[in-house]
Amino acid sequence: MDMQTAIGVGHNSAATVTTKMTARDVSVFYGAKQALKNVSIDINRENVTAFIGPSGCGKSTFLRCFNRMNDTVASARVDGEIKLDGTDIYGDAMDVVQLRARVGMVFQKPNPFPKSIYDNVAYGPSIHGLARNKAEMDGIVEGSLRRAGLWDEAKDRLQESGTAMSGGQQQRLCIARAIAVDPEVILMDEPCSALDPIATAKIEELIDELRGKYAIVIVTHNMQQAARVSQKTAFFHLGTMVEYGDTKTIFTNPSEPRTKDYITGRYG
Amino acid sequence: MATVASSMAAAHDLGVKAPTDWSSPAMTRRIRRRYGAEQRFRALGFIAVAASVLFLAFLLVNMLINGVPGFLRTEIKLTIPVNAAALHLTPTQLTGAGREAALSAADFAGVVTAAAVTRFGENGASFVSDTGWTALREAVSADPSVIGKTVTLWIPAAGNLDLVAKGKAASENVGAFRKAYDRLKTDGLVRTGFNSNFLSAADSSDPVSVGIWGAFKGSMLTMFVTLILSFPVGVLSALYLEEYAPRNRWTDMIEVSINNLAAVPSIIFGLLGLAVFLGTFNMPRSAPIVGGLTLALMTMPVIVIAGRNAIKAVAPSIRDAALGIGASPVQVVFQHVLPLALPGILTGTIIGMARALGETAPLLLIGMRAFVGAPPSGLTQPATVLPMQVYLWSNEVNRSFVEKTSAAIIVLLLFLLMMNGIAIYLRNRFERRW
Repeated sequence: MDMQTAIGVGHNSAATVTTKMTARDVSVFYGAKQALKNVSIDINRENVTAFIGPSGCGKSTFLRCFNRMNDTVASARVDGEIKLDGTDIYGDAMDVVQLRARVGMVFQKPNPFPKSIYDNVAYGPSIHGLARNKAEMDGIVEGSLRRAGLWDEAKDRLQESGTAMSGGQQQRLCIARAIAVDPEVILMDEPCSALDPIATAKIEELIDELRGKYAIVIVTHNMQQAARVSQKTAFFHLGTMVEYGDTKTIFTNPSEPRTKDYITGRYG
Repeated sequence: MATVASSMAAAHDLGVKAPTDWSSPAMTRRIRRRYGAEQRFRALGFIAVAASVLFLAFLLVNMLINGVPGFLRTEIKLTIPVNAAALHLTPTQLTGAGREAALSAADFAGVVTAAAVTRFGENGASFVSDTGWTALREAVSADPSVIGKTVTLWIPAAGNLDLVAKGKAASENVGAFRKAYDRLKTDGLVRTGFNSNFLSAADSSDPVSVGIWGAFKGSMLTMFVTLILSFPVGVLSALYLEEYAPRNRWTDMIEVSINNLAAVPSIIFGLLGLAVFLGTFNMPRSAPIVGGLTLALMTMPVIVIAGRNAIKAVAPSIRDAALGIGASPVQVVFQHVLPLALPGILTGTIIGMARALGETAPLLLIGMRAFVGAPPSGLTQPATVLPMQVYLWSNEVNRSFVEKTSAAIIVLLLFLLMMNGIAIYLRNRFERRW
């Protein structure tokens, strides 16, 4: 496969990068089973970071550590340290509800609330008190839908159910819902795996537009997708992070043989 | 050996295997058997449904035929000279503070009996219901000026006359009443009409003047107490157990206990109510509040189980979505999980409440089978409930109670229908498409 042509739209390795989130020696246990082994990584604010790897390699588990969604799994235990702007997110100084507002998440399966499109987007701002009145809320909803590229399709049916939309629209609605609380980081857990190629292309376009405004971390099974949308890529295998670097390097000149085997389709 | 090996190799070669003969006799038999099984299953299913519909129809038709006359009452037109002396009552006594006492002391029954004897002869007294005099009492109470005049009133007829009017009397012992009825009928002095008294009065020893309102109101009060206790407690327990409680041996034990509670025979809840509410807390006997508390104990496990199932059925992705945007666990539960689980919870509540409404056994033990002659005016007043009233009337010897029993059953079924109707309306209002 000719990776050169597939790689990184607007790749910006020359621009200044700031570290948004850091993970140090993170291990995750489900009961006695260790799903993630001593992973350390820096997530840049300006970049889209992709986590790739075969099924069960721990990439989704790792992603869910960044907004403490693993807390909802009773048997899960997280060791190590994850910081957002230098604050330990598992420490007392961080409120988990605020953390999840600052680190938004988009899930594998589109999961809009069974409410109207408007209410879906307005829910986050309303529980966090981000709008003082109806006009402000209208503005937030419109802005979020616009940024998610959904405004033109949704503006005439804001009061219709969010679940009545197509799969791709639902996923963009979920992205709009995440954007609405003005997060600093957006985590995407295989956001296109339930979508058709056209809807996937739209989401990828959207990710590219959102890059720079939010730090984005995306988990994907699809290597071409990782190559297309990300600037940094981390390859996971059997609970360890095998390699982390510029997407271009990972896909063209990986230093680890396992990475090379995976991206050339030897296994996975 | 070589030939075996080669034949095995041939068998593995798909090209050599004979093509399946889809029209062979064995295949045809298989198809026939499959169709046969299909038809047998459908026929059995149809028979089962038809049988249950027939039973239901039989019950309803039977109840209607027996019960509708229970809503009717026969009355006799009687001209009564309201003599102040015979009544021991003067109009002035009805103006002051002693009004009620004076009304209680007055001899309305004697005046009505005397009028009946004067009008219909020796047997006249037996034509009028034992409680028929209350009609005169009401007339006098409403307008004291009739004292000293002559009034014409429709007085409730005696039970036997009522049975004759409805064509339900056994001939051997009411021959005299039949003749009397025919005579009254030709004179235009008797009528059978809608018995509004049945819908407004409470229990009575006289079948002519019994009413269902007392039991109806008792049922309403009891159900009210049951609902406001068991619904919130049941729903909150279900939410806590499902969304918050850690999974460990304790919660397992609680779960098993709740499942067992739902299966405990209801009379045992009655004993519990007797011991706890009447024995320990000294609450009033026969009161709707005690009945409601006892039935709430019985209904709660049903609501908890239905609630937990409904909560479990809410897609986990909705919880993730809400948590992922920064909703607190309480917000997730009350803004997302509960609204989505509510239709299921309401279904469970309907089932539990319907069972509670039809329950008699636990109420027997806390004294709600007592004779209660007036509708309960509050939660602590003596009361009875509809199924108990049905039970009490079905035990009466007087034949006139048969139709009253059926009429009470109709009222009970209507109550049930009304309750379910409200619940289904609520459920549909809360039901949302995903």
